Amino acid sequence: MTFKDLHIISMKSFSRDMIDHILDTAEKLEPIASSKSKSDLLKGKVLAVMFFEPSTRTRMSFETAMMRLGGDVLSLGSVDASSIAKGETLADTIRVVEGYSNAIVLRHNKEGAAQLASEFSSVPIINAGDGAGHHPTQTFLDLYTIRRESHLDGLKIALAGDLKYGRTVHSLCYALSLYGAEITLVSPKELRMPAEIIDDLKSHNIKVRETDSIEEAISDVDVLYATRIQKERFPDPAEYRKVANSLQITPELLEKAKPELKVMHPLPRTNEIDPRVDGTPHACYFRQSFYGVPVRMALLALVMGALK
Amino acid sequence: MEETPIPEIRVHPIRNGTVIDHITAGQALNVLNILNIPNPSSGVVSIIINAPSVHGIKDVVKIEGRELNVEEVDRISLIAPKATINIIRNFEVSGKTHVHIPEKVSGVVKCINPNCISNSNEPVTSRFTVKPDGRKITLRCSYCERTISEDIGNHLL
Repeated sequence: MTFKDLHIISMKSFSRDMIDHILDTAEKLEPIASSKSKSDLLKGKVLAVMFFEPSTRTRMSFETAMMRLGGDVLSLGSVDASSIAKGETLADTIRVVEGYSNAIVLRHNKEGAAQLASEFSSVPIINAGDGAGHHPTQTFLDLYTIRRESHLDGLKIALAGDLKYGRTVHSLCYALSLYGAEITLVSPKELRMPAEIIDDLKSHNIKVRETDSIEEAISDVDVLYATRIQKERFPDPAEYRKVANSLQITPELLEKAKPELKVMHPLPRTNEIDPRVDGTPHACYFRQSFYGVPVRMALLALVMGALK
Repeated sequence: MEETPIPEIRVHPIRNGTVIDHITAGQALNVLNILNIPNPSSGVVSIIINAPSVHGIKDVVKIEGRELNVEEVDRISLIAPKATINIIRNFEVSGKTHVHIPEKVSGVVKCINPNCISNSNEPVTSRFTVKPDGRKITLRCSYCERTISEDIGNHLL
């Protein structure tokens, strides 16, 4: 198994062995991520960070991951102040930036942008989100969180919120299908998981159940993964409020859950999780956010060939 | 009063050319679109729409003086996966083949996802993997992974 120069575009190109290796590597690097030890593993290497749309957590965790391993970061900066504003294609931008760097992290508003970039780049492309498409590094950190905080094998998980447009849950579903998880999909009917993804899961013999009631889903699961319901998806604000409130996670709701249930969220949250949940043993979304650093350290070290 | 029988309209046999038979009903005009018909240099073309057959209804297209190339047949397979191609030479069927459904097509169909990178000004050609499913075809975009399974003829480039 070699990861050197591998493009990281979609979870679909990763086998369970490959995922396990990435998670094992992340676990070894976690003390460096939390600054308990130091590393010069990527000294002399440059990571180009190209974000064509705003992001805080993903960009900062990649930059932190690279710096924790002693490497340097080259940022695209503002799109408005770059050649893209002059009409340069993504293909040309990638062919220029590959000459400056050892790997490129790309976030783009168009679906398929990372795939396209990989066809023009000789250095590894890491997809940090392409439109409503894939966000594999989020999935790796989600899997890492589940493994650290709960268990991956025999997992019962509920995914709640915007399952139609939420790319994090799409990729996560594909990955969990490799671990034989039982998946309950909780969403309003307007925001249901796309049928092609459910078909793919069923073709992997995954038990999938759909419901619009979070109360119904919560009692039997090990992990509850909430996503943000985006207000702008609803033409009628009253409909949004009705839906948003029906999926809110509160301490009262959690009384019906298993004591070991973990609540995850890719953040930022709006009102999906009541702040009173933060202090309960169920909350692990801020640790989940931190786990992005060791996971991205592992990916960077592997694709740049510093680790095998 | 006895009704006068309506004379049956027959399409004459062709001397040389191609008969595309068993086209999915309703797709004949899309087949013509793929073959860039009509155009001034094409020969006589006959179209039969909704013809009864043992498997239900079908369309048939007969083209005088033209044999199709592989790329054209691949394109036809996407909208008419059960079609047969009959090469006619001197009024006789000299060759009969079923359309071959390719595993991938490139530059044939436009992705339905307006936010797909293949629909921007990037220097790439649209690319799809093809999955046959009985009498239907499903195309999956190699860039955004969106699928097309209905009205593929409307998305031909």
